[in-house]
Amino acid sequence: MIPRYQRVLFSMLVIGCIVLAAFLIRLRERAQDRMQSVRDETPMEAPIARPPENVQFLLANDSDGSLVATQRSLTLPADAPSRARVILESLLAEYAKPNSTHPLPAGLAIDEVFLVELPGSPSRNIAVVDLSTAFTQGHPSGIAPETLTLLSITGTLHANLAEIAQVRFLVDGQTRDTLAGHADLTRTYIAANPDVEIPAAGARN
Amino acid sequence: MRWSRRDGGIRFSRLLPILALAAATHAFSQIEKPDVAPPPAAVPVMPDATRPAIVTQPQSTPTPPVQLRFVVVLDPGHGGEDTGAKLAPGTLEKDIVLSISTRLHALLSGKGIPVIVTRDSDTSPTADERAAIANRAKAAACISLHATATGTGVHLFTSSLSPSGYTHDEFIPWSEAQATVTTQSSRLASDVNTALGNEKLPVLLGRTALRPLNSFTCPALAIELAPLGPDVGAASLANSAYQQRVANALAAALAAWRVDWRQRP
Repeated sequence: MIPRYQRVLFSMLVIGCIVLAAFLIRLRERAQDRMQSVRDETPMEAPIARPPENVQFLLANDSDGSLVATQRSLTLPADAPSRARVILESLLAEYAKPNSTHPLPAGLAIDEVFLVELPGSPSRNIAVVDLSTAFTQGHPSGIAPETLTLLSITGTLHANLAEIAQVRFLVDGQTRDTLAGHADLTRTYIAANPDVEIPAAGARN
Repeated sequence: MRWSRRDGGIRFSRLLPILALAAATHAFSQIEKPDVAPPPAAVPVMPDATRPAIVTQPQSTPTPPVQLRFVVVLDPGHGGEDTGAKLAPGTLEKDIVLSISTRLHALLSGKGIPVIVTRDSDTSPTADERAAIANRAKAAACISLHATATGTGVHLFTSSLSPSGYTHDEFIPWSEAQATVTTQSSRLASDVNTALGNEKLPVLLGRTALRPLNSFTCPALAIELAPLGPDVGAASLANSAYQQRVANALAAALAAWRVDWRQRP
């Protein structure tokens, strides 16, 4: 025979478990609602049609090691990091075209571009360019092709976003020693380096 | 614990004169020490993994680095599991650069020039180990050898570090040691460029950020062999005649550098 006080205690515990379960289920539903409201990407405002802008690419040429300034017209987003990313994706897409003077693999090359203010000089930024692993794996190996790619990226960024003074490179969010076995990715590149200015990287004798 | 024992023990008061004498002797020896031979000049030799990669120059007055003899360091890139670029089917960068290094080593030895190589077989020293070998040798010239399937001719690179770098009594970061000799490296590049031109080889000049080039304290170049022409393809890199022409030009340049290297900028 179970004493009465034990039955009462057991009943209270069961009721408590049910109430707690209901409370937790409700909390979960509210959290889900919050998450869905954040993810809601349905358009709320009409898109703004931005006019195309002139951008300057510094296109590398493997045959003479030069960087050639070339004008292109692109529609760019408003914020600087997105602009930098679109510009770099378009630049690297140029290299994937047939008859490119600096052939590079096609596909997604830039995972993200971050702009960070340099300490002590708020008008100057350091750009952190996060490259994709697929891009680095398919990149031609050699000092000259790797150096030209990095100079082309840094020079193009500085030519179109003058506030970018320095550039760092990551690969899939991680630091890496080299781009494809040679060019050093552990250092910070000066975007306004004289090496980047035309005719730049090399000179054929 | 007690310092005095009644039978046969040592009294602390008796030790005091001995301790005082020892302390005075030690203090006197500390005063005399600066007049003894100074520690050797501290050029970056090897980074210490347990602290920031900084080396010090302990001497207060700048002194030129001691270079007793003309030594050349050859650094064939890659090796071991690091194959470098896959230039053509069955042609790996690590094998091509080792072949050129062997040819150049033989030519320089024939001219009586001492040579140190960072690898002479299919091994893979790290970039820091390669730089340490070169820096310990206090070499007059350091040549990093590479190969690529991109472009044509010989690509001649110096460090992209600014020459306005460090004096001998400053801290020198390991990764920027080359900044102390970039002017000499440019002069060495000029000699090599002339020799390659004499050999009728196309040359591409440039500056790059490359490890271990930036950690060398010697005048240093990275020399990258590319296909001889746009039509011959990367298979030409394995051509022994092409490799020999490049080795001949480099040997001639280093022989000329033997005359030039003592001239300070």
